[in-house]
Amino acid sequence: MVASVKRGVSLYSFQEEMFLGQMTIEDCVAFAASIGATGIEILPEQNMPSFPNIDDRQVAWWKELMVKHGTELTCYDMFLDTKVRKDRWMTDEEQIDSIRRDLILCNRLGVRNMRVLVFVRPDILERCVPYAEELDVHMGVEVHAPWHMEHAWILRTVEVADRLGTKHLGLLPDMGIFMKHYPPVYRDRFIRQGARPEVAQFIVEQHEQKIMAEYTIYEVAVKMKGNPAEVRMAEILRHQPFANPKRIRDYIPYFRHIQAKFYEMTEDDRDPTHAYDEVIPELVAGGWDGYLSSEYEGNRWIQDVQTVDSREQVRRQHRMFERLIAQAEGAR
Amino acid sequence: MFDKYLIVDGSLRNVGPDHAPDGFAFEAKLGYYRGLGLSMVEALDVTIDGEPVPRDAVRFDEGNGPLTLDEMETAFDRRWPFGASATITVEHRGGLAPGEHRLELSQRLRISYMPFPSINADAKTLAIS
Repeated sequence: MVASVKRGVSLYSFQEEMFLGQMTIEDCVAFAASIGATGIEILPEQNMPSFPNIDDRQVAWWKELMVKHGTELTCYDMFLDTKVRKDRWMTDEEQIDSIRRDLILCNRLGVRNMRVLVFVRPDILERCVPYAEELDVHMGVEVHAPWHMEHAWILRTVEVADRLGTKHLGLLPDMGIFMKHYPPVYRDRFIRQGARPEVAQFIVEQHEQKIMAEYTIYEVAVKMKGNPAEVRMAEILRHQPFANPKRIRDYIPYFRHIQAKFYEMTEDDRDPTHAYDEVIPELVAGGWDGYLSSEYEGNRWIQDVQTVDSREQVRRQHRMFERLIAQAEGAR
Repeated sequence: MFDKYLIVDGSLRNVGPDHAPDGFAFEAKLGYYRGLGLSMVEALDVTIDGEPVPRDAVRFDEGNGPLTLDEMETAFDRRWPFGASATITVEHRGGLAPGEHRLELSQRLRISYMPFPSINADAKTLAIS
């Protein structure tokens, strides 16, 4: 059987409903299973209230939950509180201890991928590789916008992985790096905050032409005398690159999991912002068989005017995944 | 990301003896998509009816006992879990008069991967019965 891209969900996607106490962890897992998403990505610091003190009974609860719903834990999103103290940053040894703590919990939970925050230093990760190998956990540095696959900072991790010849250090792409079109939910929120529609349209068109952010910011802030909402709408472009989807295939040896970021799905199951229709064919052609793990982040852009329905958004994204994966496999 | 939900509706009340309240309290959530160690909560700025409350008049309790904001700075073994309500108590002689009050809360969080502090703010009109 030919390897196939798999579909999963990060519990991050349901942050609105979980924050408001409208969905439990089990509700999220049951929903994922109901749409055929068999991989569950967790944020222990979000989903485990007693973190970092997790006893064996809690570990067993998670494992039983997966068995009950026919799902598996795919990825553990770690954090590193280098600024836990007010007076100084964590020492290198303290950082390594914190990462090792997370690797051990990954291993206890049976999770084999750990999302590493992009700001973690490659030389710190290099010193964690022996632990990752011993515990059999892949440390994937999150390639999050405005970084991208070939950013010099990201290539430092690739260099370390190559030099060590390890299979336990690499990358973990966040699909936010493939923002091809300005998100309509961003635009609409900035208009509600006071951006003039004609200025908003100008910013959207500048982004559509891939004009470098600093030009647009200067046009809006100085020449057009933009109001605060307009300037914010332009400045956010600094964090929104559109990386070349064709290059992701070259990095397949370095990643085993993908965070499928999105802000909005249309009623006809399209993402108006991210170029999934260009990325998924590359993954399929490259024989990649990891999880596309939904990461819905649209709640914060619409919660001021409407009720958030994360389930419906994730359901639509998965219908898009099914369609694009089938199309790409048909073309293979 | 959760600004409008930080102050819990209907949670404002006076504290202290019924006949002589010495402050008020309300419930609040952390404006973040994960829990956070208390040492990284740098400020909980409270304003009541337009008047800012002094930092040393504020107490925080996530369920393990009240702390001043200065004490929170070294509370390395305590966390404010995701989505969980904590009690914020404010010393305020005489408490608040019955009726509606404008309550504002601003949280300043030290998030390691962000180059600047995370500021999260909410304002609500709540009634004291």
